[in-house]
Amino acid sequence: MREHADLHADDLHRELLFSEPAGTLPTTREGLGFTRRTFCQLLGGGIVVLITTKPGKVFAQRRAYPEDLNAYLRIDENGAVTLFSGKIEMGQGVHTSLAQMAAEELGVSLDKMTMVMGDTDSCPWDQGTWGSQSTRLFGPAVRAAAAEARTVLMNLGAKKLQVSRDKLSAEDGVIYVAGDKSRKVTYGELAKGKQIARLVDEKAALRSLKEFKVIGHPAKRMDGHDKVTGRAKYAGDIRRPGMLYARILRPPSHGATRKSLDTSAAKAMEGVTVVEKDDLVAVLHADHEAAGKALALVKAEWDQPAAAAFDTESVGDYFLAHGGEGESRASKGNVANVTGKLVQSTFRTGYLAHAPMEPHTAIAELKDGRMTVWAGTQSPFGARTRIAQTLSMDEKSVRVITPFVGGGFGGKSAANQAVEAARLAQITGKPVMVAWTRAEEFFYDTFGPAAVVKVNSAVDDQGKITSWDYHVYAAGDRAAEVLYDVPNVSLKTYIGRGGPKVHQFAVGPWRAPGAGTNVFAGESQIDIMAAAAKIDPLEFRLKNATDPRLRKVLKAAADAFGWKPGPGPSGQGRAIAVASDAGAYCALAAEVTVDRKTGEIKVKRVVAAQDMGIVINPAGARMQMDGCINMGLGYVLSEELNFNGGTITDKNFDTYEIPRFMAVPHIESILVPNDDLAPQGGGEPAIVPMGAVIANAVFDLTGVRIYRLPMTPKRVLAAMKG
Amino acid sequence: MKQNIRFHLNGKPASLDTEDDRTLLWVLRGDLDLTGTRYGCGEGLCGACTVAIDGVAVRSCQTSLSQVKGKNVVTVEGLERDGHLHPLQQAFIDHGGFQCGYCTSGMLMNAWAFLQKEKHPSRDAIVQEMGGNLCRCGAHQGIIAAIQEAAGKGGAR
Repeated sequence: MREHADLHADDLHRELLFSEPAGTLPTTREGLGFTRRTFCQLLGGGIVVLITTKPGKVFAQRRAYPEDLNAYLRIDENGAVTLFSGKIEMGQGVHTSLAQMAAEELGVSLDKMTMVMGDTDSCPWDQGTWGSQSTRLFGPAVRAAAAEARTVLMNLGAKKLQVSRDKLSAEDGVIYVAGDKSRKVTYGELAKGKQIARLVDEKAALRSLKEFKVIGHPAKRMDGHDKVTGRAKYAGDIRRPGMLYARILRPPSHGATRKSLDTSAAKAMEGVTVVEKDDLVAVLHADHEAAGKALALVKAEWDQPAAAAFDTESVGDYFLAHGGEGESRASKGNVANVTGKLVQSTFRTGYLAHAPMEPHTAIAELKDGRMTVWAGTQSPFGARTRIAQTLSMDEKSVRVITPFVGGGFGGKSAANQAVEAARLAQITGKPVMVAWTRAEEFFYDTFGPAAVVKVNSAVDDQGKITSWDYHVYAAGDRAAEVLYDVPNVSLKTYIGRGGPKVHQFAVGPWRAPGAGTNVFAGESQIDIMAAAAKIDPLEFRLKNATDPRLRKVLKAAADAFGWKPGPGPSGQGRAIAVASDAGAYCALAAEVTVDRKTGEIKVKRVVAAQDMGIVINPAGARMQMDGCINMGLGYVLSEELNFNGGTITDKNFDTYEIPRFMAVPHIESILVPNDDLAPQGGGEPAIVPMGAVIANAVFDLTGVRIYRLPMTPKRVLAAMKG
Repeated sequence: MKQNIRFHLNGKPASLDTEDDRTLLWVLRGDLDLTGTRYGCGEGLCGACTVAIDGVAVRSCQTSLSQVKGKNVVTVEGLERDGHLHPLQQAFIDHGGFQCGYCTSGMLMNAWAFLQKEKHPSRDAIVQEMGGNLCRCGAHQGIIAAIQEAAGKGGAR
């Protein structure tokens, strides 16, 4: 079994490839290589801790994670602590959990922490916020930095209090002499007037589990107050003097080329600036709405591309016909040696929109030769590189600041709107905001790709899986590895990395990219085999699995659910499915009802059991699990992009249906303790088994197997009619 | 054509010299710098821009200034009293009724207006009433729990 970390490096690589059709390939570069002195100048006084990460093996193969700085802290004269992080907050809660990690190791309470995130001038380089990596890959760096800071402070405290370090203890930012609490000095007093920088590595002594006072304790989110008062700033809330709102002329379909343009009526409108440069046609106005009116006055004719290669319905067949030779990703034994009953299945999924509530927005300002761009992006440093390249500017002359991001889910990795805003600011010399409309969001999204999975597997008369021959088209191989003990395995990927380019619009990572598709296929197939073997689906899984983490989450979910055994279809409408993703294991048990007249599936209840190693913020982790389940209802039951060739017909939430309050089930999210394991990913795993657990529950209730997501009422009815 | 438009905004008189066919959402965000009211879809389909007019939840992206003349408009910025969070706001924090926070203002205003007319709604009634407000992060359970709790703690204030 390959390391999960490697899986992610692969995924990232694949995701970047996916971005190519739109020309959105983010180029990664080394960090800026600030010197220590530069940092200290930037930060002013106080104690500064710099942390280096050796280029981890995760990124060593394909991308150079910088060898310089990855995280740093500032402790000011009042004892307040600021943590600078290249990661961004888009709802996943790392604003709080990263602060918890620093507070724990530093020995301060959470309310002393302030976060600065995603500002390319003041934060250390980061690749991007995706792949459930902030806690498991960036978190260790934060903890090490904070631990080192505490060591520095204890040394200073020993000197100040004139006792040896081993006689001191630290509590909430105050260092005491053991046994005499009157002899003390605060972190703030020690930091006063000092400018100390220490390079540390990740091996600094960390607090142990037993000592934790902040880590592992549920914390309310530090961004709560700003978000419930409306004070939280997103990119669209930034105001700059003299700013203009831009609306950009968009083609009617992907692949269309402009053959005529008439901007005269827009130019005649008062207060309108028109920009026509190469492919970029924009109208700008000091009032957002007026810019929209001006755009409506722009006349353009377009040449549409030739006949569409495929549409919403035919995409799967097209992939199967044009998938090419494929690439072997894993092989064991010989899948041609089938013993027992052979089960052959084909599973399909559609293109998915990210549909974050905040559309892509950015505002750019060129001032004194420097371009500053406030952007809702998951990749501020990638955005900086792209802006610099597009504008032919030095990277050091470009600053990207990331305010709160209103949802990302992988869709804000490319930051095209930031590049557009920067181009327009450079051309007009004025601060320019580009705020995509919802229709633009549904057009320029980097959609999660449609996919097809073919699985041929066999089960013997003892209920043991004997072979697993797996072919995945366009979804990649994340979470595709079979988690059960199977002697003969083959895994091949088609389309995507190195394969034929087939997509008619940009595609990219969508929360746990490809994993939802692979586990929908894999865990549906397991259920099909269990039914063929007439064995209870939980028992069948346990019978074929020795992985202790897998077994543990399966049992935990089944126990909490109150699992009643019986081979499917048992008529109960209940099911179980499990996945390993982002270093975590997550099992879901669910119960559904199906309206046999309308074909509508109602998910009544979902129990999630997740082993994610040490949990930093149990409240935040459960919030992510609940969120995964709610969001997962969408791609499982209703979400699928409607298109014909490069023409996307979904333009808003009336036809692209994301889950509403009426759809949400009773959810019970359980954290399965595993304190021997470092913290793992939590933002994605629970969304991964959603397709399979619902499809399996529908089968358990009705005896009807559904092979395609989303399981719309129409498809359910058609399947029930046979 | 410009005209003088007056209404009450978060308890204070507001006066603007502008065209009355302009959209409330963009006037709030642009002219009045009240950016807590968010743009989400522009067609009244997501609820992110919800404000209350005379106590009734409306989508400000579908509301022109002519419709607010002489009325009482409350936005998320108007929920706090004397520097204290409204019970609904506190309940959203306590129950984790948000993640990215972008839909939160609209959720709060929709719930606030609902609690004006329905002091102690059932869970089902909350689910129905909030059905037009979209949350992509999936904070639904926390939002429902927050509204339920606030209803018992003077949420209608």
